[in-house]
Amino acid sequence: MSATNTRIRILEDSFDPAAMSAEMTASNITRSTTGSTTRSTTGSHTESTTGSSTENNTHGALVTFTGMVRDLVENPVNAMLLEHYPGMTERALEAIIHKARERWTLGDINITHRVGMLYPGEPIVFVGVSSAHRREAFEACQFLMDYLKIEAPFWKKEFTPDGEHWVEAKSSDTDAAGRW
Amino acid sequence: MIKVLFFAQIRERLNCAQVDISTDKPSTAPSTIAELKTLLAQRGDLWRLMFAEQQVLSAINKVMSTNDSPIQAGDEVAFFPPVTGG
Repeated sequence: MSATNTRIRILEDSFDPAAMSAEMTASNITRSTTGSTTRSTTGSHTESTTGSSTENNTHGALVTFTGMVRDLVENPVNAMLLEHYPGMTERALEAIIHKARERWTLGDINITHRVGMLYPGEPIVFVGVSSAHRREAFEACQFLMDYLKIEAPFWKKEFTPDGEHWVEAKSSDTDAAGRW
Repeated sequence: MIKVLFFAQIRERLNCAQVDISTDKPSTAPSTIAELKTLLAQRGDLWRLMFAEQQVLSAINKVMSTNDSPIQAGDEVAFFPPVTGG
């Protein structure tokens, strides 16, 4: 059995999705068997490792998704505030990851989500999934995003030239998760 | 005591992040999410209107709950709008 890493990060500072992707590629090459849970002042960071490290390089596919703050002509946004429910957020993401691991045979999973004030172009969310083959990784990445959208307790408030308003939940997001 | 938290636009509209509900008198302590909503709705028009709306979700001890879910002393209950992360 190969080792699998799960990382959940809730960050108050901007992050680099390329670094997250590189970290997952590196994890496939050199693997640690020690699991740990740490909480830092910049947010929370949960990490767990299961399995043994006897097999490395077993994941042939890595699919990553990065969601970013948009600033559209028809919907201009100066800034966005991301609020969450500390403690429940991590539990909800762990539950979603558990569902994905029951459904597909997956390697490493990294979900990173920003909270606090964000500006157009900045990454909001990163989801990375590795697996033996691409199909599982592609499907699981979409599954994780679809469920994050409807089950993880985050709320967005947009600051626009016309004022500030909370973003309304979209029924299309519920439909997207419903297809699984 | 039941700790009750409010998030996002619900917190802003109620101008309240947390209330503590006493459970000292078992006869008046709410035993379900629905009963807690009824109790909170008595705090004023803003509160009554808020809980009359369908789109108030709830969690008990950081797990999603429904109107029928039982609550007891020591629980942390949260009310929030549909989530919009990602």
